[in-house]
Amino acid sequence: MKMKTLAAMALAGSMTAGTAMADLVIPDLSYRTGPYAAGGTPFSDGYQDYFALLNARDGGIGGESVRVIECETAYNTERGVECYEATKGEGALIYQPLSTGITYQLIPKATADNIPLHTMGYGRTSAANGEVFNWVFNYPANYWDAASVAVNYLLDENGGSLDGKTIALVYHNSAYGKEPIRTLEELSALHGFTLTQLAVDHPGQEQKSQWLQIRRERPDYVLMWGWGVMNQVAVQEAANIGFPMENFIGNWWAGAEHDVTPAGMAANGYKSLNMNPVADYPVLAEIQTLVHEAGNAAGDGSNLGSVLYVRGMYAAMLAAEAIAKAQDIHGVADVTPAMVRDGMEALEITEARMAELGMEGIGPEFAVTCQNHGGAGQGLVQQWNASSGIWEPLTGFISPDAAVIAPLVAEDSAAFAAESGITPGCL
Amino acid sequence: MLYREAGDFKTSYQADSQTFPIAFDRWRYWAVLVIAFCVVPFFVNAYWANAILVPFLIYAIAAIGLNILTGYCGQVSLGTGGFMAVGAYACYKLMTSFPDVSIVIHIILAGGITAAVGAAFGLPSLRIKGFYLAVATLAAQFFLVWMFNKVSWFYNYSASGQINAPERFVAGIAVTGPNTAPWAQYMICLVFLTICALIARNLTRGTIGRSWMAIRDMDIAAEIIGVNPLKAKLTAFAVSSFFIGISGALFFAVYLGAVEVGEAFGIQKSFLVLFMIIIGGLGSLFGSFAGAAFLVLLPVALKVIGVDLLGWPTDLVAHLQLVIVGALIMFFLIKEPHGLAQLWRLAKEKLRLWPFPY
Repeated sequence: MKMKTLAAMALAGSMTAGTAMADLVIPDLSYRTGPYAAGGTPFSDGYQDYFALLNARDGGIGGESVRVIECETAYNTERGVECYEATKGEGALIYQPLSTGITYQLIPKATADNIPLHTMGYGRTSAANGEVFNWVFNYPANYWDAASVAVNYLLDENGGSLDGKTIALVYHNSAYGKEPIRTLEELSALHGFTLTQLAVDHPGQEQKSQWLQIRRERPDYVLMWGWGVMNQVAVQEAANIGFPMENFIGNWWAGAEHDVTPAGMAANGYKSLNMNPVADYPVLAEIQTLVHEAGNAAGDGSNLGSVLYVRGMYAAMLAAEAIAKAQDIHGVADVTPAMVRDGMEALEITEARMAELGMEGIGPEFAVTCQNHGGAGQGLVQQWNASSGIWEPLTGFISPDAAVIAPLVAEDSAAFAAESGITPGCL
Repeated sequence: MLYREAGDFKTSYQADSQTFPIAFDRWRYWAVLVIAFCVVPFFVNAYWANAILVPFLIYAIAAIGLNILTGYCGQVSLGTGGFMAVGAYACYKLMTSFPDVSIVIHIILAGGITAAVGAAFGLPSLRIKGFYLAVATLAAQFFLVWMFNKVSWFYNYSASGQINAPERFVAGIAVTGPNTAPWAQYMICLVFLTICALIARNLTRGTIGRSWMAIRDMDIAAEIIGVNPLKAKLTAFAVSSFFIGISGALFFAVYLGAVEVGEAFGIQKSFLVLFMIIIGGLGSLFGSFAGAAFLVLLPVALKVIGVDLLGWPTDLVAHLQLVIVGALIMFFLIKEPHGLAQLWRLAKEKLRLWPFPY
């Protein structure tokens, strides 16, 4: 009896494995628990819902259905490694871990395993140099772009000069938060502003001393590289010391609804960068009818249309477009990770294509090349309107200062190439 | 019937004081070693190595280290994560400064550096005990993590503060870096664990181990019968930190390949290793293994059951896992305060009498 059950289970297992081979497997390394769950949950919902929409509406991508495997990392690198190893064997086509720490783990592993890694607006900035990082992509923008976009916006506000101003950077004391420092130091030398660095330790609930220092030193502007519970605490602390909210700018991971709502009306006027303006995209209505009303929503379905939901959906769209491109290049529907990499390197996102997909203006236009895995690097500035409860875009897409960032990327990627014995070149 | 002393005659003092007095246990011990060294490497795949075996082996080394300090010498320490960080950063600095020297030597040296740091932070233990010592070691934990974050020399001034393990070879086979074969990762950790466990076993049953246990059981009485508390406590801190440093170096170089000090070696790591020895059993080498296996395997097993077999949402399983681990810790503390090792001891006692218990 027992042997029979075991045999039946083994048979069932091999059958599911057999059918699974024909799917396009997309792992979703999400985090719905822990101090960063507030950001991880809507992103993962948007990511999964978009693939569910493709399955329901188009029967997948190029006729191949998509199978998303969710794996909980809790933003923890050890669990991220476990998730990577657990999903790799299923034929994973692309990894988007939504964590800079996990990205650093996966860059060498994914490169050795020949699986593309897409770190959209996070991860290792110098991965924009595709000749060194053949398997890593960080289009449409990265942290150094974000730092430069924020400074360019402030330059614009101040009539082109930041001479004599002070800018404080409140950052998460991790690889993520430290990334923009190098660029901001360069920019401060270039534009003559003084940069103060204030580190906030994981998970970010303790910020009293940092904000007391801000109250004492009264910097003209505060930039923030925060994530998870750190954002909510920072906005509340800024309100407590009466720091003018319009001079407080978060990066694009510190500008979602859940970051500002806890502070209520006090958060009114807080600004942040964004790469995906929130609007009434037609695709959201399609997700509502074809996915949510069909009972296939990821999570509890309450995040539809929020800032990070839209970004998760955008990440899924970029992956789906790259897979479609790969199918186009290689002429097969059941693509391999190596083919997806080719698709990513040939990816071109135009206004017309975004409109066709029902998300006009969701991101900047860009084209990926072997040399440039970083895309256009543009971002926009949005402002929180607490009474209407929406993020209002203040500007169009602002370009970063390529003259500052390109040499930094070249320098850092050359250092990585030397350290790991890579000869730069295209695949 | 098989598990008994009868008929197994000891004719020398050496045979009489051996680790496994029962023949069956000796056979079992050799069988485990043969399977671990000669069978598992041929079957291990990337998932088993990275998700289960390598973390188990590394945490077992850390648990042995902490068990020497807390279980054998009675000094409570909450600085394990910080000392693991010392091992990891020492290994990184050595690897990048002396690329031609073997990684094995670097790992041992990293253990030596951690031993020196551990002994320095052990100095307060000569004046304070119990909760106060726990607070002092907690200070070590926070200070060390802060230092590795603040002083950029430790991470070679990299922009992100991450340290990355370059590729290193042992006998021509990569053991660190992305191209490491799973069996190579497994083997280097297994060799280190085996040697560490042998050293720990022989230290704890010798003079030095007895002086640790004397200090643990009653320090004033120990001092009266001639145990030097300075020597006993500082050697316990040094030996314990040596093992923890080795585990930290392996954790960084072989297991993860890239770490960030606050995330990988934070206070939660200190608690994790402490839970391992509490659940496994204080003052028992077997307990270190059992506790490490329990806390490494349990989350993976719960995930496989909850997500892969039952198809529950991942966040529900992750939350349940916290509840179950917490409940199990409470259950063990109430029902078996001496840990899994005591259950094992009881099982062995019962086996000895089986099938005629009295």
